[in-house]
Amino acid sequence: MKILVCVSNVPDTTTKVIFTENNTQFNTAGVQFIINPYDELSLTRGLELTEKLGGTVTVVTVGLADTEASIRKALAIGATDAVRINATPTDAYFVAEQIAAYAKDQNFDLIFTGRESIDYNGGQVCGLLAEMLGLPSVNVITSIEIDGNTANVERDIDGGREKLTASLPLVVSAQKELTEPRIPNMRGIMAARTKPLTVVEPINAEATSASVGFELPASKGSVKLISVEDAGTLIGILHNEAKII
Amino acid sequence: MNILVFAEQIDGSFKKSTFEAVSYASQIAQAHNGNVTAVVPGNVADDRLAELALYGANKIVSVKHDNLNGFNAETYTKVICNTASAEGSSIVVISNTYSGKSLAPRVAARLKAGIASGVISMPNTSAGFVVRRNVFSGKAFADVNLTTAVKVLAITPNTFNTLENAQAVNIVNTESGLADADFTTKSVEINRVTGKIPLTEAEIVISGGRGLKGPENWHLVEDLANALGAATACSKPVSDMHWRPHSEHVGQTGITIKPNLYIAIGISGAIQHLAGVSSSKVIVAINKDPEAPFFKAADYGIVGDAFEIMPKIIESAKAFKAG
Repeated sequence: MKILVCVSNVPDTTTKVIFTENNTQFNTAGVQFIINPYDELSLTRGLELTEKLGGTVTVVTVGLADTEASIRKALAIGATDAVRINATPTDAYFVAEQIAAYAKDQNFDLIFTGRESIDYNGGQVCGLLAEMLGLPSVNVITSIEIDGNTANVERDIDGGREKLTASLPLVVSAQKELTEPRIPNMRGIMAARTKPLTVVEPINAEATSASVGFELPASKGSVKLISVEDAGTLIGILHNEAKII
Repeated sequence: MNILVFAEQIDGSFKKSTFEAVSYASQIAQAHNGNVTAVVPGNVADDRLAELALYGANKIVSVKHDNLNGFNAETYTKVICNTASAEGSSIVVISNTYSGKSLAPRVAARLKAGIASGVISMPNTSAGFVVRRNVFSGKAFADVNLTTAVKVLAITPNTFNTLENAQAVNIVNTESGLADADFTTKSVEINRVTGKIPLTEAEIVISGGRGLKGPENWHLVEDLANALGAATACSKPVSDMHWRPHSEHVGQTGITIKPNLYIAIGISGAIQHLAGVSSSKVIVAINKDPEAPFFKAADYGIVGDAFEIMPKIIESAKAFKAG
């Protein structure tokens, strides 16, 4: 079983989002970067599958040298090896083109992405990559088991769940329930230092979109407090004043 | 200019999100002297198909095939892209439902089109082709310029109104051109929760956090939800402790919602939680800690013990509904 896990390097979930350069740049000063949480679930599920079935888990990221801390963490969690495609990830289309160019001759049986990255929230790489590679894809999966050349998966659908079978090779994107993330242990951290991390130069590809500006949501006015004694008046206030029910 | 809109059907009928997408496409068409084609994979009766004309579809391409009745990302992509090529479409509009989310990027890759997902504005064409979308899980907005000739817009459900703009009904039946071997993924079983309002579609959401002390106290959330016809949700710690299913977790790593009214009970309002709910029109926070960050994001607040407060609210909600 040869598995590829696509990893994005994202700001920690506690980050206070600030923009600079006339609201055109995300201010990364003092921001802690982490492996995108959904990608971490992908990695863990990939490891669980290879522990059962044998095989390797390769992690790939599109990013500059500053992403290597996240890559080393992925290796410490247990990935076999890592590939860094040496380019700034301008948009999802560009990222997918880079990963497709790398993956097309590698015969991966299963490719994981996260449901979305928690910074740009596009949720596009799974579908883009699958179409570029001519492979089937299943989005937002909550479970996956492999049976020979078939994957049995469950995905979220609007208002419920769907069970599907898909033929390998396959591209999937991880939803929260897929598994629990693993914390790297000391042995893993030591081993990660010597695991192979290959740097690949990007192919020539153009971004198809550009963020031209950012804006923060308008801040709320101050909260109107209601006393515990008058808690029952909330419904009336929501009806008469807020006119929301 | 032709605008193609994917009309998602479930069991042969359309949901509100489909009519929102057709209305959205129709508004672009009106602004740019264009026309709207709706493409419908799967077997849908003509009287249902005609509903799409009511919201502005000038042409309805029906691609009937038994295997297309259920959603299938790969083959739906082929059907949509074949139609886009035949119609010469320069914009493809898809509602960003779970199915839309798996479809839109595939369509973009196949058409070599730039894509914006989670779109919350009409396109601004005064300088380029700019749409607004949510980023940083609701903590900010980004304006994105699509630079390709063909563009894919995956629009956020529950964001745009359905607008009637009746057109003459023009249904064209087209062959799918698909073979059985094209269906590499197969649906085995679908379980939809019935009798409950889906979280992403709910206009009112009642949500509970760790302050409720345990799953046995969830009747406080459910009773209020039932009285107001609301959906129920929870914070991340609550789903992590398995008090409630993961599908109810709202926040940065859960579901992002934007109801008219969000009532948070015993949730402190960590930045990750607020990210998922801050687009709600009105927020009510109930928490015993007056310093809870939720009170900075809320419109109304009650500082006190939820076990004392909730029965009063539930009682008045029942009285309100009883009229």
